[in-house]
Amino acid sequence: MEVGLNNTQKFLSKIATNDGHGENLPYFDGWKAYDTNPYHPQTNPSGVIQMGLAENQLCFDLIQEWIMNHPEASICTPQGGFDFKETALFQDYHGLPQFRAAIANFMSRVRGSRVKFDSDRIVMSGGATGAHETVAFCLANPGEAFLVPTPYYPGFDRDLKWRTGVQLIPVVCESSNNFKVTLEALEEAYDKAKESNIKVKGLLITNPSNPLGTFFDKDTLKTLVSFINEKNIHLVCDEIYAGTVTDDNEFVSIAEILQEFPTICDHNLVHIVYSLSKDMGFPGFRVGIIYSYNDTVVNIARKMSSFGLVSTQTQHLVASMLSQNDFVDNFIHESRTRLAHRHDLFTRELAQVGIGSLESNAGLFFWMDLRRFLKEPTFEAEMTFWRIIINEIKLNVSPGSSFHCNEPGWFRVCFANMDDTTVMVAIERIKSFVHETRMLEIKTKAMAKTKKQCWQNNLQLKLSSRRLEDIMSPHSPLNSPMLRAQN
Amino acid sequence: MLSTKVTDCNAHGQDSSYFLGWEEYEKNPYDSIDNPNGIVQMGLAENQLSFDTLQSWLDNNPDATAFKKNGQSVFKELALFQDYHGLPSFKNALANFMSEIRGNNVTFDPSNLVLTAGATSANETLMFCVANPGDTFLVPTPYYPGFDRDLKWRTGAEIIPIHCSSSNSFRITKSALEDAYQQAQKQDYKVKGILVTNPSNPLGTSLSVDELQLLVNFISTKNIHLISDEVYSATVFSSPNFVSVSEVLKNKNLVNSEVSKRVHVICSLSKDLGLPGFRIGAIYSENKDVISAATKMSSFGLISSQTQYLLSEMLSDRKFTKTYLSENRRRLKHRQETLVKGLQKARIRCLKGNAGLFCWVDMRHLLSSKTFLGEMELWKKIVYDVRLNISPGSSCHCSEPGWFRVCFANMSEKTLMFAMQRVKSFVDAMSKKRNQPRHEQIRISHARRTKSLPKWVFSISCNPLEVGEIR
Repeated sequence: MEVGLNNTQKFLSKIATNDGHGENLPYFDGWKAYDTNPYHPQTNPSGVIQMGLAENQLCFDLIQEWIMNHPEASICTPQGGFDFKETALFQDYHGLPQFRAAIANFMSRVRGSRVKFDSDRIVMSGGATGAHETVAFCLANPGEAFLVPTPYYPGFDRDLKWRTGVQLIPVVCESSNNFKVTLEALEEAYDKAKESNIKVKGLLITNPSNPLGTFFDKDTLKTLVSFINEKNIHLVCDEIYAGTVTDDNEFVSIAEILQEFPTICDHNLVHIVYSLSKDMGFPGFRVGIIYSYNDTVVNIARKMSSFGLVSTQTQHLVASMLSQNDFVDNFIHESRTRLAHRHDLFTRELAQVGIGSLESNAGLFFWMDLRRFLKEPTFEAEMTFWRIIINEIKLNVSPGSSFHCNEPGWFRVCFANMDDTTVMVAIERIKSFVHETRMLEIKTKAMAKTKKQCWQNNLQLKLSSRRLEDIMSPHSPLNSPMLRAQN
Repeated sequence: MLSTKVTDCNAHGQDSSYFLGWEEYEKNPYDSIDNPNGIVQMGLAENQLSFDTLQSWLDNNPDATAFKKNGQSVFKELALFQDYHGLPSFKNALANFMSEIRGNNVTFDPSNLVLTAGATSANETLMFCVANPGDTFLVPTPYYPGFDRDLKWRTGAEIIPIHCSSSNSFRITKSALEDAYQQAQKQDYKVKGILVTNPSNPLGTSLSVDELQLLVNFISTKNIHLISDEVYSATVFSSPNFVSVSEVLKNKNLVNSEVSKRVHVICSLSKDLGLPGFRIGAIYSENKDVISAATKMSSFGLISSQTQYLLSEMLSDRKFTKTYLSENRRRLKHRQETLVKGLQKARIRCLKGNAGLFCWVDMRHLLSSKTFLGEMELWKKIVYDVRLNISPGSSCHCSEPGWFRVCFANMSEKTLMFAMQRVKSFVDAMSKKRNQPRHEQIRISHARRTKSLPKWVFSISCNPLEVGEIR
C-alpha cells in the first residue's frame, strides 16, 4: 500500500500503514452518534443509549463490598502484611504463584468445579487481545490460516492477523439451523483453503459465542475435536464468556471434553484463551490467560508474555479475591442470576412486539432478528436500517455484517452494560419504533413517495474527519476521561 | 505443527548466558543468614535503593491503592477503563515527570505518549511500526541482551552492531556508524534506523552532546529513524548531566521538523522508580502516524488501569517526585562509589560511569587468554568459585573479551561489601597462584578440570557470538 502514503508514512512499516487494525471500516457512525450525544437519565434523556458494548456491569456492588472489606488486597495498606517492595520488583513471567493458583481455581469454579486446571499451564497475556495474538504467533507462520465460524467477534481480524500475517477463513454458519457449526461447513472451509494453497493451522471457536450468546453442545464439541484431530490442526477455544452462562448445567468447556474423552484427540492440539474482562467485568485490569495442553506452547507463550505481563499490583488483587471460594461461588451464582434476569426481561418485552432473537443462554448480549425491517435482504439495507436505529431510535447496536454474518438483518444488542432504568428506556424506544413502523406501513400505501424522501433525509450523516474508531475495537477511545470502548 | 518462531532455536534469546546465569543463582541464592555461601545476584539491574521513599508516600496516600479518589470509590470506573489512549491524568503526570527528570529543559506533550506494558513491549511495538521483516536497525555495542528478543523475535527485524571500543571508552564514533551502515548495505539489509540506550546499559554512562548531535546528523542524512531508549534517565547521579535526544532537537531548532518525526524515545518506570513488576512503559514521538499506529498496537499490552491510577496520583505529587529524584540519585552515587572502591581494592578498574544501576568492569587482565573462551572461563570461575552472578560482556555483544557488567543497586550495602571481599580474596588467590611453581599449577588445574561443566556454558548454538570467537 505504497500508493497514497504521505512522506512521513513512507518511513513506517507496512503493518503500521495498512488497515489491519480494522478501525477504518464504516461502522464509526454508531460511535460518533453515541460520542456526541450520550444518553443520561437526567441531563440527556433523549441521547443515544449504548448497546454496542459487551461489558458486564451487573455485579460491581459485590466486588466493591469485597474490596472495602479486604484492604490488604490493595497492596501496601497498614492492614496487610503484604510487602509492596516484593510485589513491585517481581517481574518473573511465570507470574505470582498465588495468582496462577487463584486463576486456575476460578476457572474451575466457573465450570461448576467439573474440571480442574493446572496452575503451571496458566500463562499471562495483555488481556484476551494479547492472548489471541500470542497464540497465533505460536501456532502459525505468516500466510497460514485459522478457520473461524461466522458470525465472529470483529476484533479477531486484528488480533489474529494484523501483526502476525496469519489469515482467517470463515466457516459459514446459517440461521436455518440456528448458526450451529456443521461438519459440512468445516470441511467446505478447509477444502476451500486447500484449493487456494493456504495451509490451515487451526480452528478458532468462541464458546460461549460472541455475538450469538449460545454455547456448543457436547456432540458438536466432540465433532469439532474429532475434525481437528483428523486434520492434525490446532483447536483454540476462546472461553472468555464461560461465566456468563445462565444455565450452568448445560455449558461444556473443552477442558471437560478432554477429561471425559481423553483419547478423543492429541491434547497437544488444544489451547484455551480466557480473561477476567467479561466474567468479572475487569477489562481495565488486562488479565488475559492462555491455557495450553501443549508444553512447548506453554513454554514459548510464557516467554512471549514478556510483551504483555499482568501488573503485579493487579496479580496481587486478583490472587486475593479469587482464592476466596465463598466470595467466588456467590459472585458466579449472583452474576448468572442477574444476567439471566436481564436477558429474560429484554427477550420477553421484545417478543411482545414481535421482535425475536436467537435463543440463547450466555453472553452479555443477544442476537436480534430484524430481518423483516429491512427494505430488502441486502447488507446495504442492513446498514441503512442500522443508521435508522442509531439516529431515530437512538440506540447504538452492532450490525451483523461487522461480525461477518453471511445473512443481513441480524444485530447484536448488549444488555449488561447499563442500569435497570436505562434498560426500560431502551425497551420503550424499541417498542415505540415497532408501533410507529406498523402505523407507518398502513399509511405508506397511500403516501409511499413522500415518506421515502423523509427517511432519506434522515439518513444523511456528517462523516467524521477525526479518528475512525469502529465498534470492533475494544480499546477505541471515547471523549470522556474514563469512558470505555466496546467488547 | 508450531510456528517457526517457536521452533527456531533461541530466537527469544533465552539460552544466552545473560539469562542462564540467573538460573544458577536461582538454584543457590545467597542469604546472609540462611545461605551465606550462596551466589550473590549482581546480574540484575534493579533499583532497590529507594523503596522506603515510595513506601512512605503510599502510607500517606492510601486512597491511591484503595481505588479511591477524594474518599469516593472509583473502582468501577477503573475496572471498566480500557481506552488505549490511557488515563489522561496518568499521561499528564508521566509527561511532567519525564520533563522533571530532564531538568525541565524540555517539555513533553502527553498526546505524543503511547502507554505500553513495560519498555519490552514499547520497543517491540515501535519496531513493528517502523520496520518491515528483514529491515535492520543499527545498535551500538555493547547492548542490553534483551534487544535481541524485543527488536527481532516476532518482528522479523535485524540488528547490525555499531562496534564501540574500549580505546575511546566505548563512545560512538562517526566511522563506527558509517562502518555499520556500509556493513548492512553490503549484506543487502535495508537500514531503517539506529537504536541507542541513553544512559547506556551496560556501560553506565550517558551519551555526550557530541554523540547525540552526531546521531541526529547521521539519521538526518541517511533519512532513517533514531530510537533513544531512555529507561535509565533518572539514574544519572553525577556529571555530566543527562542530556536527552529531545533536548538536542530543541537546541538545534529541530522540533516539529522532518527529522524530529523520526526520533522516538522509550521510557519506563522499571528502573527510574524501581517498579518493574507494574509494567509501565511508554513510547514518546512527535510523529502522529507512529503514535496512531502504536496506540492501536498497544491493545496487545496495555497498562492495568489500577496501576495507571496509582502512578497518576504518585507522579502528580510534585513534592514527592522532586524529593524522590534527588534522594535516589544521591543513593545511587554512593552505592556506585562503594562498588568502584571495592573493586579498586582488588586492583580491578571500571569504565568511568555517571549513571545506571551497574558498572562496566574491566577484567581483561584476569583472562587466561584474551578470547571469548577465556572470558567464559573467567565467568564460570566467578559464578562457581567467587559465587557472584555477573554478566559477561559477550552476552551484551561486546567486541572485546574481558568486560563484565556488575550491578550494585539490587542488594543491601552490606551484601555488596561482602561480595567485594569475595572478589578481593579471589584476585589475591589468583595472584598467588600465578606466582606458584609450574608443577603445582598443573596439579591444581587438573583437579579442577575433572569437575563437570554444565552443558549450557558452551551450548550457545544460535547466539551470533560463538564461544571462542575473537572479534
